[in-house]
Amino acid sequence: MKDKIFRFLLFVAALLILLLSAAIVYALVSRSGETFREYGIWGFITSAEWDPRSATEEYGALSFILGTLYTAFFALLLCVPFSLAVALFNGEYFKGKKIAGVVRSVVDLLAGIPSIVYGLWGFYTVRPLVIALDVNAQGFGIFLSSVVLAIMIIPYASSLSGEFLSMVPNNLKEGAYSLGATRIEVVQHISLPTAASGIVASYILALGRALGETMAVTMLIGNTNRIPGGLRGTGNTMASVIANQFGEADGLKLSALITIGLLLFIITAVINLIAKLVMKKLSHA
Amino acid sequence: MSQVKPISFKSRKTKDKTAFILICLFSFLAMVPLFFIIWDVVAKGYKNFNLRLFTEVTPSSVDALMARMNGDPIPGGILNGITGSVLIVGLAILISVPLGLFIGIYLSDNRGKKFAKVISYLTDLLQGMPSIVIGIIAYAWVVKPLGGYSALAGSVALSIMMLPMIVRSTEETLKMLPASYKEAGLALGSSYTNVVFKILLPSGFGGIFTGVLLAISRVMGETAPLMLTALGASVVNWKITEPTSAIPLLIWDFYNDPNLVDLIWSSSLLLLIVIFLLNWIAKIVARKWKI
Repeated sequence: MKDKIFRFLLFVAALLILLLSAAIVYALVSRSGETFREYGIWGFITSAEWDPRSATEEYGALSFILGTLYTAFFALLLCVPFSLAVALFNGEYFKGKKIAGVVRSVVDLLAGIPSIVYGLWGFYTVRPLVIALDVNAQGFGIFLSSVVLAIMIIPYASSLSGEFLSMVPNNLKEGAYSLGATRIEVVQHISLPTAASGIVASYILALGRALGETMAVTMLIGNTNRIPGGLRGTGNTMASVIANQFGEADGLKLSALITIGLLLFIITAVINLIAKLVMKKLSHA
Repeated sequence: MSQVKPISFKSRKTKDKTAFILICLFSFLAMVPLFFIIWDVVAKGYKNFNLRLFTEVTPSSVDALMARMNGDPIPGGILNGITGSVLIVGLAILISVPLGLFIGIYLSDNRGKKFAKVISYLTDLLQGMPSIVIGIIAYAWVVKPLGGYSALAGSVALSIMMLPMIVRSTEETLKMLPASYKEAGLALGSSYTNVVFKILLPSGFGGIFTGVLLAISRVMGETAPLMLTALGASVVNWKITEPTSAIPLLIWDFYNDPNLVDLIWSSSLLLLIVIFLLNWIAKIVARKWKI
């Protein structure tokens, strides 16, 4: 009897995850209703107009969607050489050695630093460098936020891909070595292709992180409500516009911000799904 | 298959060496920001890192301005943020840990079942959810119905963030336990409930506790969801239905108020110390109670 109750409780707890997910979607969708009635889904996504003044109120998400994609993809691009190096360092060159453990711990600590501290560091330390590089006058913008974002996602991109690299079977590599291949040739022709889908999946997950990152980007991107004019320009991401404007919002504006949250939720969910599918393909191979 | 073109041995050697050096160099460069960040926070924060930080609440902007004009250090500390963080995170632990444990036990025990697979996928989905979206959810669920910002709303947001991490660590830990543990317990006539509470959870304690500590350290520095839920307060508040501050929320306030800017770094230093301490304890626990 006691067991039955306990098992039932376990089941109820698991069911709660299902309810939680459904309730999250419901909360976001129902509160987006006003936006959809006003602009339609497509109209809201494709309009770059964001004007909160009550007389000429007009909301569209395009600038923020583009701002999010710009920063996240540029950050991903910037992080590749570093995270790939760390992954190869830990999973191939110094696999199982003490120094790999040290590097892994240090890089993992990067993941522990709160977003707001990254924001402060970006503002006070990286921004002057960006100004010195003459990217733009104030330093704020897509470039600055992408640089800081890239550092923030290095641990996510490198730890998983390092693990996949370390799982490449030794006999494959030894075969290549016995044929006279050098280490980098083994990496190039054996390790990287074998671990490819795992590495791709970890970069997709890192991209998901970058898309949803809020505080650091809010502090660094310049917060302008228009389509960012290239890397040097300022802008807003979906997450940063919510963080910036949620506090004073009500009515249609609140609904529009929640709709942006819904879109962000959908984008990250799709990204995670893709990563999952890529990894599933790996386990079948 | 890619064809290896005939290249001179010497150039292959050079390429190999260059690649090795580049990999070491870029790995090193990837670690550099951590030291710069820590250096920045310590060098700028240690001056204001004193007892006052722990015993006094945030000063008003005017008081801080007066002190600055007189060349005095900023009066006050971040007591309201420290107590707020304890309250909000503590409550989030109370919500998420029991639930996470139960769900983790369920998933590890029902591997392969369709329902468990769905739950497992949704857990991943929740884990990947941006924290700001979780803030919106807690706003819609708690702030709106209660008619105001509150510590409870903040805790709900943080517990949604912690839940998937605790589920995962519980599930992974229990999966690693030898099946014989459970079988031996059941064979001796012990009930399933007893097997879980007297054998599985104690044996997996290290892994589960590590997971909980890491989840706490992850939400300790969360700012965005708290901005939409707990809002902040300039006094010490222990009521869960009232707006409450937290250390990261105060850092955000200080960042936006030129008069209080000096407190940014000491608060960040405290936050980093707490987070790294939690990470360190988690590491020790994981090593000590290794399965």
